[in-house]
Amino acid sequence: MERSEILETVRKLAVETLEVDGDAVVETAVFADDLDADSLDLVELVMALEEAFDISVPEEELEDIETVGQVIDLVQAKLG
Amino acid sequence: MTQAEQRGGSRRALVTGASRGIGAAVATRLSHAGHRVALSSRGGAGELAEKLGGADIRADVSTADGVEAAVSAAEEGLGGSVEILVNCAGITNDGLLARMQDEDWEDLLATNLTSVMRTSRRVLRGMMKARWGRIVNVGSVVGAIGNPGQTAYAATKAGIVGFSKALAKEVASRKITVNVVAPGYIETDMTSALSEAQRAVALSQVAMGRFGEPHEVAGAVAYLVSEEASYVSGSVLTVDGGMGAG
Ligand SMILES: NC(=O)c1ccc[n+]([C@@H]2O[C@H](COP(=O)([O-])OP(=O)(O)OC[C@H]3O[C@@H](n4cnc5c(N)ncnc54)[C@H](OP(=O)(O)O)[C@@H]3O)[C@@H](O)[C@H]2O)c1
Repeated sequence: MERSEILETVRKLAVETLEVDGDAVVETAVFADDLDADSLDLVELVMALEEAFDISVPEEELEDIETVGQVIDLVQAKLG
Repeated sequence: MTQAEQRGGSRRALVTGASRGIGAAVATRLSHAGHRVALSSRGGAGELAEKLGGADIRADVSTADGVEAAVSAAEEGLGGSVEILVNCAGITNDGLLARMQDEDWEDLLATNLTSVMRTSRRVLRGMMKARWGRIVNVGSVVGAIGNPGQTAYAATKAGIVGFSKALAKEVASRKITVNVVAPGYIETDMTSALSEAQRAVALSQVAMGRFGEPHEVAGAVAYLVSEEASYVSGSVLTVDGGMGAG
């Protein structure tokens, strides 16, 4: 799947779960700073992504995630 | 507007261990408060579920599959995610530690403690999405003061307190509260197994000089799941006739 396609889904879900403006959800956005998201927010977002893409992301893989781009990398890797 | 609506409306509630004793009283009380209830137990709640118009769920919460089955059936029966979870399912298996088998310990942990972790984890997502939730776990005064012959039971009930406090902090920002109700001696099947001599010793420890009734515990649970308790989280509400006092 194209990165831009994944970004679209991440954006849609981030708007829903994090209650942020869609324009703020860009690859370089840092969750903690730019999107005002805490660790629980990130877990919620990833759970929504797991459902949307039918993937499963173990807890350890969430630990180093800081940006939207890293989430896209993660989803892309899972989709193979 | 009904009283239930004034207090925040009718919610979807799952009560485990609801076929008898404290759980049955809790399910009844929540139903009377206007909530929709799902009653879970291994043997089924039969007439009680029918009377309350609640979902009657048969599942063993001591296993991962059983928890999944119980919560899925509750969601189906209630028509949506669980908003109120009351963990009442519990067992005792008394005996001195010197003679305890590993299996006895593991059974008790699975039924009384691991079940609480699994049901809570399973309902959390819906509560986080809804930005509202109430979890009440039934502990025991034994978890705080101990009781000979109940090392495993006491460990599970103290474990519930630590678990609930930690979870309360994890999810506080989502308006989800997690609390413990810790009963003393309550008249149920669990305590009817006591011998006359054990009963006399037990009574001597209770300041009020009597065992409590299940509805007296249900009242405490009803408070904690209500809108009025919105600022109460991570706390232990003891309902024991003054047994643990002092
Ligand atoms: N009674 C007391 O003095 C007292 C004091 C302090 C704390 N508590 C606590 O209060 C809770 C309720 O006790 P109670 O006195 O009301 O006991 P009870 O009358 O024996 O009822 C126990 C309930 O739990 C259910 N249950 C047991 N194991 C289960 C399992 N593996 N899966 C699903 N359901 C299960 C039982 O139904 P099935 O058998 O059909 O599964 C029943 O509905 C327990 O957690 C207990 O530790 C009781």
